[in-house]
Amino acid sequence: METTQQTESKIIELKPFTDEMVVNMGPQHPSTHGVLRLELILDGEVVREAIPHIGYLHRCFEKHSENLSYPQIIPFTDRMDYVAAMNQNWGFCLAVEKLMAADEKKDFAVPERAEYLRVLICELNRIASHLLSFGTYGMDTGAVTPFFYAFRDRERLLLLFEKICGARLTYNYIRIGGVSEIIHMEPGSLDEQNFLDEVKDFLDYFEPKIDEYNDLLTSNSIFSERTMGVAVMSAEMALSYGATGPNLRGSGVDWDLRRDEPYSIYDRFDFEVPVAKDIPELGAVVGDCWSRYKVRMDEMKESVRIVRQILAEGLPDGPVMADLKAVRPPKGEIYFRSEAPRGELGFYIVSDGTPKPVRLKGRSPCFSALSALQELSRGLMVADIIAIIGSIDIVMGEVDR
Amino acid sequence: MNPEEIYKTLTDKFGESILGFDTELAGDPIIQIVPAAIADVCQYLAETDTLAFDSLMCLSGVDLGAKEEELFVVYHLYAMQHRHSVVLKVSVPKGDAHLPSVSRIWKTADWHEREAYDLYGILFEGHTDLRRILLPDDWEGYPLRKDYKEPDLYRGMRVPY
Amino acid sequence: MPEIFSEGFFPNINLQDETNWATDFVRDVIIPRLPEAVAGHFPVELGTVLVMVAFAGIFVAVVPLLPLVLVLAERKVAARFQNRTGPMRVGPWGTLQTLADGIKLIFKEDYIPPQGDKLLFLLAPYIIFACSFAVFAAIPFGDGIPIPGDFNIGIFYIMAISSVIVMGVIMAGWSSNSKWSLLGSLRSAAQIVSYEIPLGLSILTVVMLVESLGMQQIVASQDGGIFTWLIFRTPFTFIAFFIFFISSIAEVNRTPFDLPEAESEIVAGFHTEYSGMRFALFFIAEYANMFAVSAIGVTLFLGGWQGVLPGYDFLGGFPGFVIKTLGLVFLMMWLRWTLPRLRVDQLMNLCWKYFIPISFFNILGTGVWGLIFRHDDVWSIGISCAIIYVGLISAYAVAGRSLARKPEPQPS
Repeated sequence: METTQQTESKIIELKPFTDEMVVNMGPQHPSTHGVLRLELILDGEVVREAIPHIGYLHRCFEKHSENLSYPQIIPFTDRMDYVAAMNQNWGFCLAVEKLMAADEKKDFAVPERAEYLRVLICELNRIASHLLSFGTYGMDTGAVTPFFYAFRDRERLLLLFEKICGARLTYNYIRIGGVSEIIHMEPGSLDEQNFLDEVKDFLDYFEPKIDEYNDLLTSNSIFSERTMGVAVMSAEMALSYGATGPNLRGSGVDWDLRRDEPYSIYDRFDFEVPVAKDIPELGAVVGDCWSRYKVRMDEMKESVRIVRQILAEGLPDGPVMADLKAVRPPKGEIYFRSEAPRGELGFYIVSDGTPKPVRLKGRSPCFSALSALQELSRGLMVADIIAIIGSIDIVMGEVDR
Repeated sequence: MNPEEIYKTLTDKFGESILGFDTELAGDPIIQIVPAAIADVCQYLAETDTLAFDSLMCLSGVDLGAKEEELFVVYHLYAMQHRHSVVLKVSVPKGDAHLPSVSRIWKTADWHEREAYDLYGILFEGHTDLRRILLPDDWEGYPLRKDYKEPDLYRGMRVPY
Repeated sequence: MPEIFSEGFFPNINLQDETNWATDFVRDVIIPRLPEAVAGHFPVELGTVLVMVAFAGIFVAVVPLLPLVLVLAERKVAARFQNRTGPMRVGPWGTLQTLADGIKLIFKEDYIPPQGDKLLFLLAPYIIFACSFAVFAAIPFGDGIPIPGDFNIGIFYIMAISSVIVMGVIMAGWSSNSKWSLLGSLRSAAQIVSYEIPLGLSILTVVMLVESLGMQQIVASQDGGIFTWLIFRTPFTFIAFFIFFISSIAEVNRTPFDLPEAESEIVAGFHTEYSGMRFALFFIAEYANMFAVSAIGVTLFLGGWQGVLPGYDFLGGFPGFVIKTLGLVFLMMWLRWTLPRLRVDQLMNLCWKYFIPISFFNILGTGVWGLIFRHDDVWSIGISCAIIYVGLISAYAVAGRSLARKPEPQPS
């Protein structure tokens, strides 16, 4: 009896789980895309919980706007998503224009030429933004070379932007009622022809490059191992978290504001909306990191298509700025959303009839998409966290505003 | 369904809790709702098949002026399936700003409500993790309120510049 | 096999041994040149020790120059891959850039984390540095170039020494008192210990064929031109070479296996907290390691310093050896700048589920091959090359078919 008791007491219980370790990833970290801080609770390499802390880039955009007139706010929107600043300008201007159009006393329309310029430049900006996303995603997964290719091509785009508005990053190009006329391009002039030729050169150069990048990174087997089937965001989850744009389409929801709620002149163009699909022979699942990434790659092709249609039509004649005396929207409020590269960019404006808004809220696509990170990352590995952050493609300037 | 029909459906269902339908101002028509009923209304909007509001586009706090007695919370909803949208508005008194949270219904409301709490001091009851989100945890006051006075110092650093 | 041990472990270093190259060198070269008064009293043994110390000194002085060149090469290669020019400012075509960086690093602040374990922190880079250079002692650089440690367990010695490196990595990670370092060093420990197994087993296939652990003997057995190189000797060594090469990339922590220092995940891994010259030591050790494993690969599988054609010195001797080694180094750089990084579990899967079973199969196959073909002759090598050729063709066909099946980027 005694011996059995002794042997029994010697049984050591094996505890397979070790202590949890809390690690701060960020705000200074090579791949948190800015100043995102993640509080990681790790069990070895496995992430128990990843709690995002944001606000490190909070610049009181909304508070500032309450003390500025509408045209003065446009440069602030540049600083929201600085990677796709044209689209931010546009989103804001569209919201103000819609609110102003509600005022029946004023007859006001954005000139045709300005609309074409806006679509042209914003689609190019979308390519630039997706290129950055592609490059940094490669870097996040450990492949450094795609980053340099992406930046090489983005550089050409930035030079085009510089030609048309004089700035490379924060453009302040799209204004309420049209586009900026700082660099004057006479309709039908040699300047305009040169610019359009350069855009065409870029498209001819860039379109085959997308396939090259797909060969280099998208179909790389290590890359697909790393991203396929990782962090699957179902369509319901994406909708519930307010994930929009490529993230939503990556989850298999066929939804694009440019097609489904056409604003500006998008209804005149012929383009497809890339939506993720299951690819069982490769292992891709709808809603995984790879799908979100792939939607962006395909979207670049569609943007090229839209720009080509504009080039084929040529820019219409006429002014680029509506005849506006003053920007003074009527009393009321509006929420307007447009399709920015990172998703649905909404501006909620409350106006009391004065030249300054009472309340301006920027509904940023990254803000909503980032809130899904905590649920997506549960139970994955540290390396997967990086893959998720890269695939939902956040810009902290927009998250924190 | 257009906003008017949605308003009718809601008044039929909730009666007294629906305060009014505001179409006079420029922009989107607004359905005004009693604060205490907002979570139930939203639940109904999200789960009824004919309405099916599956996405909360935006949730914003609004303060119209320093002299106003009330804060507003505005909900912009959209239904992917039926492609209709609706704007709900709730007003809460400035001194005692609290209303039920909708973060159970749409998960994106989690962060948007935290932001409204952070900048306006509106308390969302039933929110699991109502912390400051954009400002530091130990910041005092709610900056987007019109009567907000910025502090002179924050942790020994001068705030006004 | 038994003669390996009958000679004793260090027969060539035995000072009484008449055939020792150092003794010969002292007796034939040094003593005749000494003044007669000294020469009579000059003990050969002392001279031997002195010569050995001098050679060791040459190694310690010359070998660190290697990383200097390799770092520059890496940057230039990377630049070519990425449409850049790389460093261009310091010296002609930026050739002195690494030197400038080295000087800069020497003047940097030497930061020691106050909460860390100071002794281990200071010791770790030296352990890694010393081990990665000790490996060079047993590498046969060329015909007639003396190896300081030419003993008959050469490859065993290399394996033993290079596995001490992981100690240094763990020490660095632990003593830094940083969570990123700890994660990095634990990743590294798991990785290096795991990949040592397929590495060792691949080396074992070679050792079974040559029946010797000595590096010079291994090279000597491949003296009949390219088809007697061990990689082509049997189909199994052909597979073993690739397993060896991939595992050795994992051993030296380079992409796609650079998890211990994965920049985008754990900042800089085990050397996050190091600065200045201590960081430079890690850096130099990494490149020295890279060269060392390539040199070992060349020695074991690609004929060492033996030429491509029997009897001719084409691609042979010291230059040939270095060219072959740099070829492998270039391959590593190529992989690094092309491939993304694996995840920890995928890394372990690759090792335990694929490499180790294949390596065991290789050993079995090599053994059977050795029973069938007692001596290497035209027949055995011909059959081996035929099998490799057929295998490559069928692998290409299978891979080609699966590539062709790869769906087009999803239709949008």
